[in-house]
Amino acid sequence: MYTQALNQADADPVAHEDAGRLARFQARIDAEERIEPNDWMPESYRRTLIRQISQHAHSEIVGMLPEGNWITRAPSLRRKAALLAKVQDEGGHGLYLYAAAETLGVTREELVGQLLSGRAKYSSIFNYPTLTWADIGAIGWLVDGAAIMNQIPLCRTSYGPYARAMIRICKEESFHQRQGYELMLTLCRGTPAQKAMAQDALNRWWWPALMMFGPPDAESAHTAQSMRWKIKRFTNDELRQQFVDATVPQGLFLGLTFPDPELRFDEATGHWHFGAIDWEEFRRVLAGHGPCNRERLEARRRAHDDGAWVREAALAHAAKRQSRAAAEKIAAE
Amino acid sequence: MAETPMPLWEVFIRARTGLAHRHVGSVHAADAEMALQAARDTYTRRGEGLSIWVVPSAAIVASDPAEKDMLFEPTASKPYRHPTFYTVPDEVGHM
Repeated sequence: MYTQALNQADADPVAHEDAGRLARFQARIDAEERIEPNDWMPESYRRTLIRQISQHAHSEIVGMLPEGNWITRAPSLRRKAALLAKVQDEGGHGLYLYAAAETLGVTREELVGQLLSGRAKYSSIFNYPTLTWADIGAIGWLVDGAAIMNQIPLCRTSYGPYARAMIRICKEESFHQRQGYELMLTLCRGTPAQKAMAQDALNRWWWPALMMFGPPDAESAHTAQSMRWKIKRFTNDELRQQFVDATVPQGLFLGLTFPDPELRFDEATGHWHFGAIDWEEFRRVLAGHGPCNRERLEARRRAHDDGAWVREAALAHAAKRQSRAAAEKIAAE
Repeated sequence: MAETPMPLWEVFIRARTGLAHRHVGSVHAADAEMALQAARDTYTRRGEGLSIWVVPSAAIVASDPAEKDMLFEPTASKPYRHPTFYTVPDEVGHM
């Protein structure tokens, strides 16, 4: 669900690459050919993809935590079943994406290690807390809605395994957004207290959802190269505007207001104009100082450590069975 | 301490349509039985399949993309392998 254009600079220098090969590679991209794991690719293309796909995978995995927080407290069996299925989907999406990243020559253990050590980034949105049940509706509607805007163009991204993973993910994602909106609608048609809860959730999630599209184009140094390689097909600002245009009418239908006094429909452009985003907050959360950064990483580390004995036992059991089978084969010969 | 890498398996699923098993992705698992269970949980949450194969990734032998032209180009010059190469008079009807 939750890719975010983080656009970090790649610090390591790339060795000189043959100009002819680079040109042939770009020609394949321009011809809309898909690049596959064993094909030659520039080292910086490989690194950009490993970083983007693994951050996307980490975001799916960490994204299970804020929603998992409400599974035991869902108000009905129907809501509980839907939330369980959604959280399980996020886990599945993380696994599709880790598998796609691994085709670029990095191991699962390295990727998980990068997340747990805090070196890798994940979407800033998951460092906000889910304080009320309405937050589950707001996440489905806004966070998954923003993710879908980001992810639909990724189904046509130039790297084959990433594009194929995104096709599966997008197919499954639509249910996430719809269940969230339905949840919000139910609250908005309920008691005044329920509607106030929905309004409060929208107030808290609106700006973080807009930040999910990443820094503005003017500050996003990597966008141009990623567009040339057709990893990205739209800029951060284009996608953000698409999201605002699609989402504002949905919010008005709910009878809610947006926490932005500058929000207004611009007849001239046909778009919803929105106010300035607090990029200082975005950078703060990304740098590890959001409300829940520490808690999220601690939860992941604990899960990893608590599961270590299971992984060890499974491998030991498999090795024992293999050696027994080999011994029996020798005895039979 | 570095963790022991969990073996990688490629997953193939036969969809309900009765077509051949098709590659859908991969999973990590200690043994074949766990690979099957992981593949079921990861790739068939919405009734996508009737049958799963898991194959150790290391067991797959692939052609080299650098040899693509040598391997596949020759068929481009053999249009006589396709039915449309041959003309059949209209009077004969569908063949």
